[in-house]
Amino acid sequence: MKRALPINRHVAQRVGFTAITLMAIATVLPIVAVVIYILIQGLPAISLEFLTGFPHDGMRAGGILPAIIGTVYLTIGTAIFSVPLGIGAAIYLSEYAADTPLTRTIRIAIINLAGIPSVVYGLFGLGLFVLFLNFGTSILAASLTLSIMTLPVIISTAEEALRSVPQAFRTVSISLGATRWQTIQQIVLKEGLPGILTGVILGLERAAGETAPILFTGAAFFLPRLPHSPFDATMALPYHLFVISTQVPEMPIQIQYGTALVLLVFVLTMNLIATVIRSRARAKRQW
Amino acid sequence: MEKSLSWREFAITRLIKASGYSAILFVALIFFFLVREGFPTFGEVGASSLLSIRWYPIEDYFGILPLITGSLIVTIGAGLIAVPFGIGTAIYISEIAPRWMREILKPLVELLGGLPSVVLGFLGFLVLSPFLRAFLNLPTGLTALTGSLLLGGIAVPTVVSVAEDALDAVPRAYREGAWALGATRWQTIWRVTLPAARSGVLTAIMLGVGRAIGETMTVMMVTGNAPVLALKLGSLFSPVRTMTATIAAEMGEVASGSVHYHVLFFIGMLLFLISLGVNIAASSVVFRAKKRAERILS
Repeated sequence: MKRALPINRHVAQRVGFTAITLMAIATVLPIVAVVIYILIQGLPAISLEFLTGFPHDGMRAGGILPAIIGTVYLTIGTAIFSVPLGIGAAIYLSEYAADTPLTRTIRIAIINLAGIPSVVYGLFGLGLFVLFLNFGTSILAASLTLSIMTLPVIISTAEEALRSVPQAFRTVSISLGATRWQTIQQIVLKEGLPGILTGVILGLERAAGETAPILFTGAAFFLPRLPHSPFDATMALPYHLFVISTQVPEMPIQIQYGTALVLLVFVLTMNLIATVIRSRARAKRQW
Repeated sequence: MEKSLSWREFAITRLIKASGYSAILFVALIFFFLVREGFPTFGEVGASSLLSIRWYPIEDYFGILPLITGSLIVTIGAGLIAVPFGIGTAIYISEIAPRWMREILKPLVELLGGLPSVVLGFLGFLVLSPFLRAFLNLPTGLTALTGSLLLGGIAVPTVVSVAEDALDAVPRAYREGAWALGATRWQTIWRVTLPAARSGVLTAIMLGVGRAIGETMTVMMVTGNAPVLALKLGSLFSPVRTMTATIAAEMGEVASGSVHYHVLFFIGMLLFLISLGVNIAASSVVFRAKKRAERILS
């Protein structure tokens, strides 16, 4: 049998730990660098005119208001469809579903929805909403496409939040004469709310930053006005960034970084809100 | 009062059940519409033309092999980056990092998962690709390698979060047992914790690779979009075009119902089937591991 000196094992551990630590740093550092770099490069472009004006001179000057408003519309549109449906599905999985083949099929379906490439969602939205249901390239079609893409995120985080509510809470409520739905509505949903909110925001954050699903379902290259109805196409921040960085020649670099910064702030704010809600709920939890 | 209450209960229960089943409906609908629009490809193009090496839709060349190899080379490159760094970071967060460090790292990795891919593509296009061109002395910085580097970053959060969950789920008693037998923490990680979590770690790798193969905007912006067959290692340093980027770049200019339109849907169908395969394989790994655990415990 080989006899290793104990010191060698400890040296190996020290070397190994250092290597793993460096790997973790190498993974995280670029994220911080990306955020700081865009902040530094984009900040000079930010002005009131940039945030509240319309683009002009072939988008090479002016503001990005229509893209900002468009992303807000799409995010709200996505929320309208995906939040009730996602929470409903989470309630079903956590409170109603027994471990049957059907339930397992639902879970596999959710896992698969989460894995489908975003551009395939775009194709699906084009086929079903834009052409088959004749919504045209519109906010409605894009929101519906984004909703289905967002669904698995909302379902899985909301289900986890509901499951973490102790079983005793339900038992007590039912024993006091409440119906199942009253128990869910007034006890389970209330206690699980912070977790559900976190999931909803993280899901919508992803929808707000996506480009591929809206490429053929609702995104407009350039619009001189704001959309009037859900059946209008719209500009959107991620698509606008793609357009001005690859499709428009001689685009001022500052506007590109400014647009990237606005999109980043939009998304990071949602991320921050979700993180704060979660850590507050954890600190407050008494069970 | 009683009656309306029970009626409401009934209606709400139905609604909740319906939203639970909706996930199955959506997967079926997605598949149905991809097949509906993609299936005519077989009649219009023919297998031999489809499996040729020339993609030039304007002259009716619809060979998808270059697109498949393009997706493969970029994804393999991304996997080579995301797997070691993702698992390393997961090990660090779950086994090595002090608590305060964990509290900083986890949200940061989550943040990377939330960064819009178009922002990464934008920076890749403006910063990374000129740097690589100068650093490696290439004719263009828009290469498969550029795509792989960025995709690696995009796949990392998936690998980290799934692998970390798997490591977290290993009972503490396993580690304590190893320590009690005199193993160092490092030995424990490699010989006890990681093997115990291997099915979860495998799932993490598969889901990370699945994420990379489906990514669109970033690769479209940084890989140069040249549909050439990428079979050699050298292809890593030249432009390629992936399946996803082809759909995104060309669908906007195609008349609906044309041959080109059907072929793009056909590519979408392939992507759907790939992600379906990856995800079913990933969940069956977990399922089998669970069964094994049950066998051992019974």
